[in-house]
Amino acid sequence: MAPGETIIKVNGLVKKYGNFTANDNLTFEVYKGEIFGFLGANGAGKTTAIRILCGLSYPTSGEIRVAGYNVYTQREKIKSNIGYMSQKFSLYEDLTVKENIRFYAGIYGLSDLQIKEKTEILIDKLDLKEAANKLVRYIPLGWKQKLSFSVAVFHDPKLVFLDEPTGGVDPITRRKFWELIYDTASKGITVFVTTHYMDEAEYCDRISVMSEGRIEALDTPANLKTRYSAKNMDEVFLKIARN
Amino acid sequence: MKDNYLEILNLSKSFGEVRALNNVSLKIPEQCLFGLIGPDGAGKTTLLRIITTLLLPDTGSVRIKGMDVVKNYKKVRKFTGYMPGRFSLYQDLTVEENLKFYATIFGTTIQKNYHLIRNVYSHIEPFKKRLTRNLSGGMKQKLALSCALIHNPEILVLDEPTTGVDAVSRDEFWDILRDLRNKGMTIIVSTPYMSEARLCDYVALMHNGMLMEIDIPERIVERFNKSLLAIRSDNIIKLVNDLRDYSPDSSAYLFGQETHYYQEKKYSKTDIKNYLEGKGHGNIKIVEIKANIEDCFISAIENYSDIN
Repeated sequence: MAPGETIIKVNGLVKKYGNFTANDNLTFEVYKGEIFGFLGANGAGKTTAIRILCGLSYPTSGEIRVAGYNVYTQREKIKSNIGYMSQKFSLYEDLTVKENIRFYAGIYGLSDLQIKEKTEILIDKLDLKEAANKLVRYIPLGWKQKLSFSVAVFHDPKLVFLDEPTGGVDPITRRKFWELIYDTASKGITVFVTTHYMDEAEYCDRISVMSEGRIEALDTPANLKTRYSAKNMDEVFLKIARN
Repeated sequence: MKDNYLEILNLSKSFGEVRALNNVSLKIPEQCLFGLIGPDGAGKTTLLRIITTLLLPDTGSVRIKGMDVVKNYKKVRKFTGYMPGRFSLYQDLTVEENLKFYATIFGTTIQKNYHLIRNVYSHIEPFKKRLTRNLSGGMKQKLALSCALIHNPEILVLDEPTTGVDAVSRDEFWDILRDLRNKGMTIIVSTPYMSEARLCDYVALMHNGMLMEIDIPERIVERFNKSLLAIRSDNIIKLVNDLRDYSPDSSAYLFGQETHYYQEKKYSKTDIKNYLEGKGHGNIKIVEIKANIEDCFISAIENYSDIN
């Protein structure tokens, strides 16, 4: 992918908690419409960095812009221009599918008319017509997952963060979900994703691998496999994390 | 080594309308590392809880060494170790207190069985005075395993011990399991990670309360009876959809940057290439490949949904 518009620009990001350096001088860029895999062992500093990029926590130092906005001074602008989906789908189980859509769309400031139109289109696209008025509690995990993702991009953000989005679903549902991610990226929405499924790293345009607070590698999956003489991303990851 | 160390016969269990286990039968040999592979909701936890005497089946039976687990639950518990999916140790006790507690309720001591847990426990022993709630995820996992092992069980049952754990820690955890198996323990472990199937002696692929395949991982892969092509082009999403349209008796799934294309009947690579070129694809690469466990799982789900 030819680098286009830069959506995330990180230059020298440092985050310290007391004497502990959680993020040690991170520098990277993520481009428009790219699927960017953010990998690393537990405790490598991924969550710390994501919280800063989402405008939920201040860095100790470094120059960071997300969707064109400054993480020190324009955090509310960042929040309204990004979407976020966590592994614990933040849908309300005691609201229906439609009510959940309406709730999140309302939070992001869409008008009643926009919500009405877009909801119909979305329910049609996700094939959720029969479930539209069902409580989310009673719909299958795979449906919750695609709903949760669709709600996160309902306001057409420039960028969506997916934090281990595919845990627990069967391999067919997992692949349908990646088709949805590709579809979203092809519309110019940047996808920033973390996962523990190393084979999923292969779906990303580019991948960074963090270890002990630093980015140890950043490249396309194919280039990383060549550089580390590895058959798959699992081997790449193990080689990087163990050194 | 007994082939029917653990024998499950026609086991079913429902929760209200949900059929968690649907007529499951299974034999697990002694001293083997057995993997139960499947997504959330497959019925893995229900099966493991019945094996460990924590849940009663509706119908069917589980026998360990010929002993029915319902009738002999007290005996079975003595030689069974169980590490549940949700962390269940006492958060307000220290590391050492938790371990001591589990040793005591099984009538033993840490000292007596220390050799069993040394490999695992030595990593967290420096923190033995720390409250359990203040441990990292990886340390909690090691403590939970230590507690499940402290009474020297013959059979160890672990419910998704590696879920949400990074690839490096997962690798270390499997080393520990293999080591215990080599020492003579029978191990049943569930996981949602298909790639971990190859680390097991035997696996069962589980979906919707049913066991779709039970065998040595290599044999499951060899049994894949469709033609399988790995196909690439410059437009991956269009590729999947175009391939699905190509013929009704085939299916296409994303596998990273390529698409795996399963066909009942074998089509010529040249015909497929011509078809894709006609649809506007560039940089087309088509290679015949061997199936992996995930291909087998997908194919089995498709077969089962055809039957039902």
